[in-house]
Amino acid sequence: MITLLILIPLIGAVAVTALPRNCSRPLALLFTLASAIATCLLWFRFNPGLGGLQLIERHAWIPAVGAEYFTGIDGISLLFLLLTSIIIPFALLAERRERSFCALMLVLQSALYGTFTAQNFILWFLFYEMSLLPAFLLIRMGGGAYSSRSATKFFVYTFLGSAAMLLGFLAIYLSKGTFDFVKLAQLAPKGLVSGPIAWVVFISICFGLAVKVPLFPFHTWLPDAYTSAPTGVSMVLTGILSKMGVYGFARLVLPLFPQELKIAGPWLLALAVCSIVFAALAAWAQTDLKRMIAYLSVSHLGYCMLGFFAVASGSSHSAIDINAALSGVFMQVFNHGITAAALFYFAGLLEKRFGLRGVDDFGGLMQRAPVFCAFMSLAMFSSLGLPGLNGFIGEFLIFKGSFTLAALASSVAALGLLFTAVALLRAMQALFSGPLVESKSPFPELTARELAVIAPISILMLWIGITPQFLFNIFNSSVVQMSRLFS
Amino acid sequence: MIAWTIYATFAGALLLLVLPRSAARWLALLTAATGLAVSCAAFFNVTDPGTLKNIVQIPWIPSFGGMSFHLAADGISLTMAVVTGLTGVGAVLFSWNVHRRQNEFFFWLLLVIGGSYGVFLSADLFLFFVFYELVIIPKYLLIATWGSTNKAYGAMKLTLYSFFGGALVLIPLIPACLSAGTFDLQLLSVHVFPLAFQAWAFPVMFLGFAVLAAIWPLHTWAPTGHSAAPTAGSMLLAGVVMKLGAYGALRVAMNLFPQGFQSWRGLIAILAIIGICYAAAVALRQRDLKFVIGYSSVSHMGFVLLGLATAQRLGVSGAVLQMFSHGVIAGLLFAVAGRMIYERTHTRDLFALSEMKLNRAIPFAAFTFVVASAASMGIPGFSGFAAEITILIGLWHAYPVLVPVAGIGMALTAAFTLRALRFSFFGDKSPAPPLECLPITLAEKCGASLLMAATLAVGLYPKLLLDRILPCVDAMRFLKP
Repeated sequence: MITLLILIPLIGAVAVTALPRNCSRPLALLFTLASAIATCLLWFRFNPGLGGLQLIERHAWIPAVGAEYFTGIDGISLLFLLLTSIIIPFALLAERRERSFCALMLVLQSALYGTFTAQNFILWFLFYEMSLLPAFLLIRMGGGAYSSRSATKFFVYTFLGSAAMLLGFLAIYLSKGTFDFVKLAQLAPKGLVSGPIAWVVFISICFGLAVKVPLFPFHTWLPDAYTSAPTGVSMVLTGILSKMGVYGFARLVLPLFPQELKIAGPWLLALAVCSIVFAALAAWAQTDLKRMIAYLSVSHLGYCMLGFFAVASGSSHSAIDINAALSGVFMQVFNHGITAAALFYFAGLLEKRFGLRGVDDFGGLMQRAPVFCAFMSLAMFSSLGLPGLNGFIGEFLIFKGSFTLAALASSVAALGLLFTAVALLRAMQALFSGPLVESKSPFPELTARELAVIAPISILMLWIGITPQFLFNIFNSSVVQMSRLFS
Repeated sequence: MIAWTIYATFAGALLLLVLPRSAARWLALLTAATGLAVSCAAFFNVTDPGTLKNIVQIPWIPSFGGMSFHLAADGISLTMAVVTGLTGVGAVLFSWNVHRRQNEFFFWLLLVIGGSYGVFLSADLFLFFVFYELVIIPKYLLIATWGSTNKAYGAMKLTLYSFFGGALVLIPLIPACLSAGTFDLQLLSVHVFPLAFQAWAFPVMFLGFAVLAAIWPLHTWAPTGHSAAPTAGSMLLAGVVMKLGAYGALRVAMNLFPQGFQSWRGLIAILAIIGICYAAAVALRQRDLKFVIGYSSVSHMGFVLLGLATAQRLGVSGAVLQMFSHGVIAGLLFAVAGRMIYERTHTRDLFALSEMKLNRAIPFAAFTFVVASAASMGIPGFSGFAAEITILIGLWHAYPVLVPVAGIGMALTAAFTLRALRFSFFGDKSPAPPLECLPITLAEKCGASLLMAATLAVGLYPKLLLDRILPCVDAMRFLKP
């Protein structure tokens, strides 16, 4: 079943490449639809009451180096799978491009499914790296003056991170003789590697994932990459690719390094707070809309890291707080994925209409295109964390949990909320109200096709904002199991 | 059966001299394909890959130390025979458009292939050495006659280095065989040489072999030779000939002198790791595409030497895996650079190529180059990763300190490969329309697909090779302290 899910987009990529050019977009949409259906089937067959792995498939692969084809999902994996199945079609609909774009997008989708289901490090790493090359080529398609430079920066940065991670994991393999996540998690409480080398391993794995998330100060590749990539690609980058890092922390760092995290936690917590506050301040200072959203992404992912590290280093061991913080992190992952993708979609629409995307290049849009502005404000308010919309739940839970676990860090991080709000409100004001800017071209209203793309996403945002319980149900048992590690 | 790779290849080469021109390339293809088919059949049918099994043994010059025509194969030899076959077929397919003195060209090409099969299958050191030296002369002629840029210099430098390496091998080889009273590799590999002899014989012989494997700082012949050679020449040079050195180092030097190896392996590891990082850093600054690939070969061969130096089960197996993997990947890279790009654009200058929008002009070449680059960078799913991770596990056991340095080398490799990729195919900044050029021919597509399938197959299922390599490595003497 999971293997099928991974294979569908891959077959789609081959089909898109092999068949004539004019049918590549419908074909790609068809295959993403098929994988969305497969994800839903997985969801039905998944029993949310159980905490452990389900729907396991395992086969021998390279026994000599401990590699095994081992896939399975728990609630956390399923959440990420669902997110992937939502964002990729959204991005494909948002960007009308030629064949290679569709094919690479499908390869990326397959790599993402693989990353979120693999339970053996080598297999996980295979998929993790498989996403790298399509992402690189997709960013390059932006075609702007800096796109190839930013694509290279993205690639080299991430590659360096994953090389470090690989070397770290080799050390674990040598001391424990397995790459299996489940077995390693069982062995972890006694320490996976002994002596000072344990720290080298811990730091290299954290570094590899921190680059991907990204965590301050390894975030510098992100604004460049997000800004120069085509809109559809930015949506995927921020919507899911950055979540691979978060997923990595949940799967590789929290269960495997409880002792190291206890000691290093406060430092990592400080980095997370820096991410939140500095990136929000940087977003405030941007004049380019896409750059602003990129920095906001860094800030929002900082909340996820705040939740994780507050749990890991927390002074209190109250299960309720830990549960709240962890659930908040995963809610935030899902909601930020949707919201940030929607924001990039709107930035892309603005750019398509005006050829510009500076915050100050527009003005008075509310008078010309009220429906457009209404939907865009919805996404912006969700990003700002307005109660009743999806963005609020994750942040609220993270803060609820982490205020008792790490009071000081959380108080400082709360400043980030303020700066985010200021940055977004400033942008809204400049875009929607104020005097009409004299423009060469008229500003058309949302077309029916654009409305059809954004309406389901907006409904989803409202729906999660009002009744988030259905999302909790997916990952609740897994989170309860995870929080036992720390309480 | 596997002996037929040698016979068929040499027979094909001789036939080429008498047949008319029109049949030349088809005959060459047939011969190379026969070699590949025979080696694949032997590779898949091997029952007990761990032991060196006799194939042919005919007395040759019995009065002088018992030299004989003695062929034997184990899993490692068969692996190397398969990569020789793959590269051979690829080389013929990518020389489909050679028109000048065609028969002669393919004759020399087949001699290189046949000689390489001979080296990988010999179980008599004298025979081994004959084949080893046999490869050098055709290589010189291929480069000097059909080569490009600076071919006389490149050919001469490569030949002198090879002969120098060969001489170094011979110095300890003769006294070793005389004192043991045999040239037979199976007998020699159980003979115990005095420690004092091993202490000097090992480094001299290893260095001799390592010259051909482009060990730093004796690697300089490789980039110049590779870039001067015709496409098929570069493919064979990188794909097979460099492996002859590494294979000799493993099969002869390390296996005959285990104690000597144990005392020198630290130095080998250091030279290898310098080679990995240094060559990758140099590749980052090259303008000529073939020089980039030439230096990348040096860097990848550094991984082979590093794997050997670990003296550790997985490390050494990884080295053999890397020999296979690099043979295929380097073949692909040179095929794209030399045949697909150079013969259409007549330039290899990266800055000139970046103006041409080659990804639109020849999309198949772009696709091939992306796959080859991914494999070369060690992206999981391709053979390069399977080899590097196996070597790194061995390295963690043997020299954990060197692991981060190897990591830096891998990152540098990614950087220069990406740079080459960007400039050569995706440098679409200029407003000029894509270059008008001939489409990719069927022969090129077949050759590229064959090699891509090989790297993907081994990358996804390295057990195929490891099952045959690991038992051989386990049987080797130097593993036991």
